[in-house]
Amino acid sequence: MLSPNLSAVFYLISGVLFILALRGLSSPESSRQGNFFGIMGMIIAVTVTFLSLGNFSSGFIFVLIFILLGGSIGAFIAYKIPMTAMPELVAGFHSLVGLAAVFVAISAFLNPEAFNLGSPGNIKLGSLIEMSIGAAVGAITFSGSVIAFLKLQGIMSGSPILFKGQHPLNAIILISIIILIYLLCSSQSTSLFWILLAVSFLIGFLLIIPIGGADMPVVISMLNSYSGWAAAGIGFTLENTALIITGALVGSSGAILSYIMCKGMNRSFFNVILGGFGATDDASSKSSAKEQKPVKSGNSEDAAFLMKNASSVIIVPGYGMAVAQAQHALREMVDTLKKNDIKVSYAIHPVAGRMPGHMNVLLAEANVPYDEVFELEEINNDFANADVAFVIGANDVTNPVAKTDPQSPIYGMPVLDVEKCKSVLFVKRSLSPGYAGIDNDLFYKENTLMLFADAKKMVEEITKSLD
Amino acid sequence: MEIDPLIFRLSIFILSIFVGYYVVWSVTPSLHTPLMSVTNAISSVIIVGAIIAGLSGNNESVFNTSSIFGFLAIALAAINIFGGFLVTQRMLAMYKKKKKDK
Repeated sequence: MLSPNLSAVFYLISGVLFILALRGLSSPESSRQGNFFGIMGMIIAVTVTFLSLGNFSSGFIFVLIFILLGGSIGAFIAYKIPMTAMPELVAGFHSLVGLAAVFVAISAFLNPEAFNLGSPGNIKLGSLIEMSIGAAVGAITFSGSVIAFLKLQGIMSGSPILFKGQHPLNAIILISIIILIYLLCSSQSTSLFWILLAVSFLIGFLLIIPIGGADMPVVISMLNSYSGWAAAGIGFTLENTALIITGALVGSSGAILSYIMCKGMNRSFFNVILGGFGATDDASSKSSAKEQKPVKSGNSEDAAFLMKNASSVIIVPGYGMAVAQAQHALREMVDTLKKNDIKVSYAIHPVAGRMPGHMNVLLAEANVPYDEVFELEEINNDFANADVAFVIGANDVTNPVAKTDPQSPIYGMPVLDVEKCKSVLFVKRSLSPGYAGIDNDLFYKENTLMLFADAKKMVEEITKSLD
Repeated sequence: MEIDPLIFRLSIFILSIFVGYYVVWSVTPSLHTPLMSVTNAISSVIIVGAIIAGLSGNNESVFNTSSIFGFLAIALAAINIFGGFLVTQRMLAMYKKKKKDK
């Protein structure tokens, strides 16, 4: 049996390894080693827990069985999941962290002796506070992530669900959670503990339903952050350094990602959380005006002709590329362009796709070298010198209205300066407005050619015409 | 008067938030998706709590209400640990540099 001091040292080591795991992600070269550090940290933490408990009775066999059971399910999912489904997967995984935190808290509440926290009905006050906070945040993470998962998977509509009195109701529930924690800590009542959990599940659900599909990058990052805080709460209860360090790391990681995503949309965090964006119906009033404006549309041969005569092409991918699974076809088209000595680069907007870095992963999957892929600030000045911008599945992030019209809901949002290119090719299924519900001026520009088709089919046809 | 151990844990917590802050800002944006999946995996270190809970049964019976919740939590956390690390590895293996001959 390991002494408590020695095991604390090992937990610290595993915490440090987790820090190194995140540190590795600063560049793709070091990232694989970083992931290895993370795995080492996890192995150390689990082994030390077994050794410090020193309990290798029949219960130990069951622990191994459940680890194997969960592990094989996890491994199976990890190998089977298509890269386009990453946002759903991450949301699903968040919900599991949340639920695991809730279960550990329940277990500690029912059997505090096993955790050295006192006896049932007489749990140490500090531990009880930490436990109930961990449980409440875990429950919110769980139900919130389930809703996010259902929305991303398309089982639930991606449009915001709004009803009267939504915000006051949420506020009342949040306040009641604080009161419940206070009452629970003073009374140690089991029934209050269950009520607290039920109310926390409810608020997680209510918080996410008003948030629309394209705001999911913020929601996923936020839930990522919550799952970290839940883990930290449980870490305090168990007096475990590895959990406290990890919880803090994950919590701040998710918070930073949400900040980056909000900045990418020029919206405040509260604006996103309060939800309802894109649900306004002024889009319909604007659509009447748009019918009159002329739009140039072309076919794959026009597009191939334009690109063949270009010397540099910038590709702007968006969520539509993920939906159409067009990344491999796109890469083939780019290969053909490169054979004709045309310089090709990719421009990624921070909120392209449904989660941070979504487009980068899809391009990497299609074997696009990461040094051809650029972030908004890196590439935005290059549009003025490029011959063709090829927009595939993106919309709002290219809308020049964000720079010109202070009335627009997306005014001030950083956008890719696609309109500065000599010509713009816009692959889109129809003229329908994007998520923000506003018309894109780019459609009606002199130098824009609309390619109305499914992204994958269109790209394949262009490749054929290029040959 | 001795300092409550809680203060030490709180110090670790606060300092870790700062470490996390600086480390995560240095993560390149193109790796933000692997960042989310790996944070998912490491936050499942909550499995240490689940193991304590799972082994809380006495000699007569391995299963009681508390340990059953522990076993369920073990399974959930294990899904995340294996799934999270493996899917991260799968993603990271795809990030390649441009070949020199091109």
